[in-house]
Amino acid sequence: MMTQIVLLIGFLLSLTGLWGLMTRRDLFRMIISFSLLDTGVHMIMVGIGYVKNGTAPIFDEALAPAGAVEKVVDPIPSALVLTAIVIGLAVTALMLSYAVRVYTARKSLSVEAVKELRW
Amino acid sequence: MIKRLLIILTLTAIAFGFYPLAWGVEDARQLSPLAAGYVENSVEELGTSNVVTAIVVSYRGLDTLGEVTVLFAAAAGVTLLMTSGNPERRKKRAASRGKDGKDGKDGKDGSEGGSDKARRQGSELLAAGAAFLFPIIWLFGIYIFIHGHLTPGGGFQGGVVIASAVLLIIFADCRQELGHTVLQLAEALSGAAYVGVGLLGLWMAAGFLDPRFLAAGEFGELFSAGAIPIIYSLIGIKVGAELTGIVDSLRRCS
Amino acid sequence: MSMLILILFGILILGGGIAALYIEDTVSAIVAAGVVSLLASLVYLIVGAPDVAMTEAAIGSALTTVVFLFAWSRIREAAETENEPFAEETPAVRNEERVGTEGKGQGRRGAGK
Repeated sequence: MMTQIVLLIGFLLSLTGLWGLMTRRDLFRMIISFSLLDTGVHMIMVGIGYVKNGTAPIFDEALAPAGAVEKVVDPIPSALVLTAIVIGLAVTALMLSYAVRVYTARKSLSVEAVKELRW
Repeated sequence: MIKRLLIILTLTAIAFGFYPLAWGVEDARQLSPLAAGYVENSVEELGTSNVVTAIVVSYRGLDTLGEVTVLFAAAAGVTLLMTSGNPERRKKRAASRGKDGKDGKDGKDGSEGGSDKARRQGSELLAAGAAFLFPIIWLFGIYIFIHGHLTPGGGFQGGVVIASAVLLIIFADCRQELGHTVLQLAEALSGAAYVGVGLLGLWMAAGFLDPRFLAAGEFGELFSAGAIPIIYSLIGIKVGAELTGIVDSLRRCS
Repeated sequence: MSMLILILFGILILGGGIAALYIEDTVSAIVAAGVVSLLASLVYLIVGAPDVAMTEAAIGSALTTVVFLFAWSRIREAAETENEPFAEETPAVRNEERVGTEGKGQGRRGAGK
């Protein structure tokens, strides 16, 4: 049930992001939509890794290494999403600096102002 | 209008494609065999208590190296896009800001100034708070990435915390110049050392980025888990330097 | 219990996402996107991924927001150095349809260029 809810949230969030990406004509809003899409996809990936009543895969006094397989959530999606978030920030910053350059060159943030971005 | 209809149709198609994936799903009862293997063996093989760290640094270490490379490429792209540019326009902007620049210098010399200068400088409270908090936040970031194999967190989180400490300094005094040589040196040296540690693993242990060429040590101690704390600290320094560079090249002083 | 919290966070996240797309003021939209990230990090904490939660809280809601704000203020600066008054909605074309901007935006600076 938890997996289902997290998947649903992530999926609706990425749909929101996609909707914004396709309907907005403003580069800045498109980048914001892209970061929403990013968050949604990360949430789907983390949701897939959830195991019923699982805890974090970190061993301490409460979680002995022996028999931990029954009690922890899947660590692989966590590891993947961890790096994906950091890359997401760097790519967002790259897109933003591109938008700033487009604005200084064309005096407009609209995609219509950039011939190469029109569709 | 046709475009709008097409968009709605596309999104509906995606929604229908996802529907069986989300609706049929129940909470998983057990781990997949691969994940179970990692959870079962990571303590014996690597001696880390955080399985996620074991995967990021060791089992999928090569992926992390590639990820750090992508981060470097993106940071270099940001710096290139923000610092290069039309020289004529830059000259014009500098000319139009000439008066402001003098104002800023005055504001730096005399600490008391008008409300305009105060806005440019950041408030007294913010400056004092930043000076007080900067070493503490910095220390916290270092703590996070040194303890990456024991507690949640690691190089990426620690690097981000360090970058946000620098951000606080920038907020307090926007004209603060960062040492670009230090940043570049930290970034380049930690990247090279990362690859060097990986090659040491190839030479003295089972393969590239194998951390077991150092003794595994006592489970749960700070100096344990072979070279994992070293590798994660290097990642932390590299990520911190790169994110600081991104923030530094995007910032703008009013 | 945690399920109820998850549902509540989900509603807030979706509301924040829609707000980030439809609020007119760009700075408010940036902050709404940051709030979405912050709530997402709480969701990660609930489903047992504290590493991801830390990363998302530090990067998604702090650094990304700041980077967005820096870029936005640079755009405003570029608009002001041209000695043209920067109205809040000038550089951005709000309306989704091109026809809409042509119809309504006659007085707008962007339409003429």
